[in-house]
Amino acid sequence: MSAAIETQDLVRTFRVRRSKQSPSGAPVVALDGVTLEVQRGEIFGLLGPNGAGKTTLIKILVTLLLPTAGRAVVEGFDVRTQAQQVRERISMVSGGEHSGYGLLTVREQLWMFSQFYGIPTGEALSRIDRLLQVVGLFEERHRKVQQLSTGMRQKMNLVRGLVSDPRVLFFDEPTVGLDVGAARDIRAYIRTWIADRSDRTILLTTHYMSEAEELCDRVAIIHKGKIIACDSPAQLKRATSGGAYFVLNTERLDGADFLRRIPGVSRVDSAERDGHTELRLQLAEDGAIAGVVTALTQQGRRILQLQKVEPTLEDAFVTLVGQRLEEADQEAGGA
Amino acid sequence: MRLQRAWYAIRGRAYPRTVGAAREPSWIFYDLALPILGVFAFVFVYRALDAPAQFTSYVIMGGATIAFWMNVMWNMAAQFYWEKHQGNLELYMMAPCGLVPILLGMAWGGMLATTVRAAVVVAVGILLFKAPLAVSSWPLFVLIFTLGLIALYGLGMFFSSLFLLWGREAWHMVSLLQEPVYLVSGFYFPVRALGLWVGMAASIIPITLALDGLRQVMFPSFHPGLLPVRWEVLGLAALAVLFVVLALRMLRFMERLARQEGRLSFRW
Repeated sequence: MSAAIETQDLVRTFRVRRSKQSPSGAPVVALDGVTLEVQRGEIFGLLGPNGAGKTTLIKILVTLLLPTAGRAVVEGFDVRTQAQQVRERISMVSGGEHSGYGLLTVREQLWMFSQFYGIPTGEALSRIDRLLQVVGLFEERHRKVQQLSTGMRQKMNLVRGLVSDPRVLFFDEPTVGLDVGAARDIRAYIRTWIADRSDRTILLTTHYMSEAEELCDRVAIIHKGKIIACDSPAQLKRATSGGAYFVLNTERLDGADFLRRIPGVSRVDSAERDGHTELRLQLAEDGAIAGVVTALTQQGRRILQLQKVEPTLEDAFVTLVGQRLEEADQEAGGA
Repeated sequence: MRLQRAWYAIRGRAYPRTVGAAREPSWIFYDLALPILGVFAFVFVYRALDAPAQFTSYVIMGGATIAFWMNVMWNMAAQFYWEKHQGNLELYMMAPCGLVPILLGMAWGGMLATTVRAAVVVAVGILLFKAPLAVSSWPLFVLIFTLGLIALYGLGMFFSSLFLLWGREAWHMVSLLQEPVYLVSGFYFPVRALGLWVGMAASIIPITLALDGLRQVMFPSFHPGLLPVRWEVLGLAALAVLFVVLALRMLRFMERLARQEGRLSFRW
């Protein structure tokens, strides 16, 4: 195996105008020394909250943005000086994409994009029809793009990304906003596509931990412009071991702070579900659950369900970043 | 290979423009009915003044030209701004064909669709008002028309990159340029009526020279031309080269700036 994507000390800053939000007008550091290597044949995931630098990294790799410092190479070509060669070998599909023209039919739209890659019409239409069949959109090929549902539209975008048969495919949140079925179909096809082509590479960003866990051979966790961990999902989860994880359902709780003060309790996340409170507990060791049960009993709360679970990628993320992805998103949104 | 890919890209991007006319009939109102209403008003004014019948043809020519100016301003100059907001521009920039063939495809599709619209305006005008229409030299007519189109769409291509950099102000610029150009380019009267120097200044908009040149070819003994036809042809050729070169340079500048500053992707 050899590297399909390599970055070395990649830095990207943006100038900002002076404003109330940024009175100093100091540059924003979106990427801060990112070094990565993605092997050919891999599905590589980038996980991180909003504003972590995922999209900036993708934009640099697809030649839409220049790095401020450092180097990035895709399929052996420098994104700064050999953008043309890179563009001939890549494609990108973004979640919630509304590219193209609503007046065109699905087939026409895909043909139009194929022309930008120099694919002769006969070959382009044959590829388009084959891909539309695979993603289950063949029956809709003569339907106008403006009449498609969100899920259908994203399947069409997926075909657009694949029609040029790219060496490296970039997905930026490919299943965002899709219903469960459409997201499952897209994930299934991504897996099939790479399985049939061992020399192709996929880099995807996602907000969904389960998606990263299901699809990716390796995952890099990016936070505040830095890669803070990079490994297979299994290894990342193992890195969080040393603790025990429980999911506990109890009668509705007004707050869970009293549980956080119990010795051996490392972290408590609570969520309301159907009138109950679901607690996800990270404990120093199994025995600490006794203290939790006692504390809840003293509060007069019945325990409805208690289950020991394996750590997830989300737990690994929490261990590495210090907060859940949604919390980090809220912090970034409020900043 | 690169030429072939460029040709495919031009053809591909022109396609939505050409089929769009058939699928979005709103152009019949905006690009046909509205200009014809303007033509009506001026025709009746000239008839009330007992002006020669050639004035009716003048106005019909001007009305037909409105379709080109509207197309260049709204569908060329403002198009990249639209494409950016739809998410197309990033995909266009990433495509190996480059932005130039895509822009050329936009222009070509626009020219084809708008020529059909302009021809319909002329045909309707001639049928309704029985306007005299005689062309003294078809080769010269075609040459002026072609040079005028290249210069005009070159200007549109130049504006498309410029307007992208200006952002929302581009919309105001389009509105601002619309009506004054109708006046200074002599859409409904001989531009010479504004005086030589105003006419010369207005000639930076290719429509001015193209319209005046076409009218001179149509009414050689009647039309008070701004300049002799051969000078207008040379002027149009110079404008065509100037605007196409400026458009290509501006496009490269815009792409470089976009990659350096992230203007296409981010708002900071």
